[in-house]
Parts: sequence; structure tokens; C-alpha cells
Amino acid sequence: MSHQTLAIVLFLAFVGATLAITVWASRHTKDATDFYAGGRSFSGVQNGLAIGGDYMSAASFLGIAGMIALYGYDGFLYSIGFLVAWLVALLLVAELMRNSGKFTMADVLAFRMSPRPVRTAAGVSTITVSIFYLLAQMVGAGALVALLFGFTSEFAKGATIVLVGALMIIYVVVGGMKGTTWVQIVKAVLLMGGATLVTLLVLAKFGFNLSTLLGDAAEQSGKGEAFLEPGLRYATDAQGLAGKLDLISLGLALVLGTAGLPHILIRFYTVPTAQDARKSVLWGIGIIGVFYLLTLVLGFGAAALVGSEAIREANPAGNTAAPQLAERIGQLMLGDVGGTVLLAIIAAVAFATILAVVAGLTLASSSSFAHDLYAHVFRRGKATEKEEVRVARISALVIGAVSIVLGIYAQRLNVAFLVALAFAVAASGNLPAILYSLFWKRFNTAGAVSAIYGGLGAAVLLVIFSPVVSGSEKALFTGADFAFFPLENPGIVSIPFGFLCGWLGTVLSKEHNAAKYAEIEVRSLTGAGAEKAVTH
Amino acid sequence: MTVEKDLDIGGTPYERVQRTEGFQQLRRRFRAFVFPATVAFLAWYLLYVVLSGWARGFMGTQVIGFINVALIFGLLQFVSTFTIAWLYARHAGRKLDPMAAELAAQVEREGVRA
Repeated sequence: MSHQTLAIVLFLAFVGATLAITVWASRHTKDATDFYAGGRSFSGVQNGLAIGGDYMSAASFLGIAGMIALYGYDGFLYSIGFLVAWLVALLLVAELMRNSGKFTMADVLAFRMSPRPVRTAAGVSTITVSIFYLLAQMVGAGALVALLFGFTSEFAKGATIVLVGALMIIYVVVGGMKGTTWVQIVKAVLLMGGATLVTLLVLAKFGFNLSTLLGDAAEQSGKGEAFLEPGLRYATDAQGLAGKLDLISLGLALVLGTAGLPHILIRFYTVPTAQDARKSVLWGIGIIGVFYLLTLVLGFGAAALVGSEAIREANPAGNTAAPQLAERIGQLMLGDVGGTVLLAIIAAVAFATILAVVAGLTLASSSSFAHDLYAHVFRRGKATEKEEVRVARISALVIGAVSIVLGIYAQRLNVAFLVALAFAVAASGNLPAILYSLFWKRFNTAGAVSAIYGGLGAAVLLVIFSPVVSGSEKALFTGADFAFFPLENPGIVSIPFGFLCGWLGTVLSKEHNAAKYAEIEVRSLTGAGAEKAVTH
Repeated sequence: MTVEKDLDIGGTPYERVQRTEGFQQLRRRFRAFVFPATVAFLAWYLLYVVLSGWARGFMGTQVIGFINVALIFGLLQFVSTFTIAWLYARHAGRKLDPMAAELAAQVEREGVRA
């Protein structure tokens, strides 16, 4: 059996199992709390796994391993921001949101504000961030199938995007948060299992001596010890000061963006209490931390055992480094059959990874559309629960369909920057609004709306006028040059700007609701009046 | 009921609990941990990123075999993240949760009284 056939069989087994779970979940999804928040009945450990499954995208798994394999240390540097970011979520956001919100990020923002403008802003921001992120994943899926299964035609890539889109729509429309969460839990277990297996084999190959592995990787890379130091990918000597500022800008967006990503925030509502939300973030930090340590070994292992030439030949961005390493280490340690089996496992895991992440994104954006925009803005809070959930299902279908079409059109474009942009928008618009809402007594509607639109607008505009969109060889539009902002990452400007807008909007408006601030402060810290888990 | 008494117990149950010494203490305990911890880990992370950009020579210094300062510094970010998470969980479990539960019960009693 070829690795392609085996990978497809394993992938179909994953799809079959997750669809069965989805159908089971749909039988236990009766009301809005079930659809949006899985009945708030997941345990801290389960939600911790789901957080890992939601967060560790194909960009993390294949992208970071590939970046380490090609650029050495800088790939590792990139991964660290994704981990440290979880402390913001743990200390400042997760428990307080669980105690004071219901289904979406906007629930917390709208708590003591005028609901319609705030929910509109939060809905716009949620859908924008989720679609950016979703699009990057969909295009990635199309490219991945070509690399892993050898289907190189445009048709095969398009068909993959349709398949991925169709599955994610089914998971969300049929299974709601329950189905999506279980898909993420299964994926997290498979991804950690697969990555651990390959890592252990690589370490065994090098006698469990990290220094030997690093030395071989540096030698094979052709770059010597520079491969083990920062500076080959980010802030290279040729880039000068702009490169160094870009590195800081990226670091800020990664560290501050996570706790403002809507698909991450809604995960805190799936557990019964704030203590469980805390426990789930602790588990998430453990899983994500271990995962990035594994990718460190995978990346340097691929550099040492596969070699940068072979990796670049398969994919210039290094996205196939992890599967190539799986095949190579399997052959070296377990023979040809072992290589085939390991490659198939890692390829199937990579697909499961994409599915779990896109499902989470679709759920976050459709929840926000139905709960924030439809129920509270269009219907002014008069929609019944049934109507709301029906609209959520329809919007999941529409958002899924739109992202399939956009994904197919964007196939030939370099859209990898969209993930960094999603983090930058989340850090610049969402995070200031959330933190001010939870911690600043004086904060008000004008402040919340200014923070979200200001941060979102600044991040998006700066990227439009940056070298990733025009004026460089790797840009989205190579033929034009309207890049006057020198950095690829807007965070260093847009994040302070978002916080500034939130402050300025607040002090320029006299509105202030002391009673509601007392309520959100007491509720968020004590858990009084928090939404309860449902029992059917 | 006199006007003074009304003022004394005035406002919503949440406002009354917010004014209690117990709640003020919970808030202080919470903020006294999370604010300094946030400043600390952000500064520590930014120091790491800044050194990666500006102090290449220092970061490239080899310590044991091919393991250099940059790698150790990166791994220490993992250690600090795990440690702060663990310390917070311990602090919250011991110092915050019992107080929070008591105050939540008080809110409910205030709600009934109002």
C-alpha cells in the first residue's frame, strides 16, 4: 500500500469517527446554550484539550516545523510568542469572561454599554478576524493536499478546499459547539500522539543528545552555527532597523493577540465554572508548551535528516518538513514500511488539524453573527432562542460557503500573512476593549466602539500599505507599489493606537454606568450570577 | 426606614457587595497578583525578543556543546510560563476561591433582601 492510500484511509477513519460524534452531539444539542457553549458541560481537562485542538493550527504544526527546518532558531523564536500569550488569557481574561459573559466576546463588552453599537463593532471584528484566519487555513489545506498526496492540479486543490469546507460546515451546523469541541479533542490527542512518536524516534536516532542533533542540523543546513542563532528569518542583517522593529511588532501581536481571538474566547464558556475555565487554560498551556517543544525537535530533526535542499524542493516555505521527516525517520528506525506508515499518519494528522481549526473559526463567526448582529442588533433582543440558533446554523453555512469560494480564488495568492494579521487585529481592537471592560470603571460605549474600530482599522490599513501587500517580490500584488509603511507587522503601531482610541473615546464621552460596573466587577471576580451549566 | 439608612444600603445588591471590605480585599488580592505578574512576563518576553534582534553575539554564545544562550533563553520562556501559571493556580485556589464563593453567596442573600 502506498503512503497516499494509507493516509487517505486514516483520514477517512478520522472523518468517519468525527461525523459519528457530530451526529451524537446533535442529539444532545437542544437549546442555544448547547449550540453556542456545548451546554457548558465540558470538564476543565476536556476543554484544555479542545483549546489545544483549536489553537494548534496547521500553520503551527507544519509552518513552525518548516520554518525551523529552513531558518533554524527563528522558527523557535516565533513559536514562543504563541505560548507566552496564554498567560494573558489565564491571568486577565479566561475566568472573568466565563463569569460575566454568555456566548460571545460581545456579551462582556455590551454588559455595561449601549448594546447595539458595541455588539455591531464586536460582531464586525469577530467576523473579520475569523474570516482572515479561516482563509489562510483553507488555502493552506489546498496546498497541503498537493504536497502530501501528490495531487498537483488546480482542480484537486479546489476540490480539497470544497471538501474541507463541507466537513467544517457539517461539524458546526449539525454538531454545534459540542460536535466542534469533540473534533478538537480528538485532533489534539492525535496531533500530540503523532508529534510525540516522531520526536521520540528522532531523539533516539541522536542518542537523546540535543547538542548532537543541533550540531548535525547546523552542519546540514550549510549555514553553520548561524543556524542555531536568531537572524536568518526575522531581522536579518540586510533588513536593518526595520527588520528588528518588525520582529518586536510581530512578537507583540502574538503575545497580545491570543486573548482577543474570538474562537479562543468562546471556548471559556464551555465549562461549568470559572475554576474549570482556569483549569482548562492550565491544561492548554501544558499541551501547547509541550507541543512547541516537540516542534523544536521536529524542525531541527528535519534539517539534520532530510536537509534543506530536499525540503525546499518539495515546498519553498518548508511546509512539508514534518511529513518528510516522518518518512525519513521511519525508514531509518523502522524500515521502509515504517516510513510509509509514519508519513501516512502525519499526513492524516495534518488534515485533522486543519479541520478542527476551521470548524472552531466557523463556529465563532456564526455565533457572533447570530447572537450579536441578528438577535441583538437587527431584532433588538426580541428573537427567540430557536430563531437565534436557526440563524446561527444558516450563517455557519453561508460563512462556510463564502470561505470556500474565497479560498478557491485566493489559491494562487500568498495569504500566509493573514494569520499574523488576525493576531494583530485581535490584539489591537479586541484586547483593549476586553481589558478596559473588565478593569476600567470609567470605560463606556464610545470607548469600546473607538477601541475596536480604531484597532481593527489601524491594523488592516497598515497591512494594506505594507510590503506584504505591494512593493516586494513576495507581496500579494507584485505589480504595484503603494507600500509606505515599512513593517510587515502592524502591531507595534496598531496595538498602542487601539488602546489610545479606547481611552480617548471614553474620556470624550460623559456616559458612565456605575451600577452596571459594580455588577460586572462583582460578577467577574466572585462568579455570582454566572451562567450555569445545563443538564438534560 | 430613614433616608440615611436607605443611602447606607442603597444601590443594587452588586453595589452593596462591591462596597464591602471583603470584596475590596478580594479585588486587592487578585490585582496584587495578576498585574505585577503580567508586567513581569511581558517585560521578560520583550527582553528576549529585543536581545534576539540586537544582541546576536551574546545570544550566539555556546554554553554546552551546540546549546547556546539563545536556546537556553528560549527554553527559559517555557519554564517561566509554566511557573507563573502554576503559581497563579496555587494563589487562586488558596487565596481567591474561598473568598469568591463566600461573596457570591452574599450577593444572593443581598438579592433576596432587596
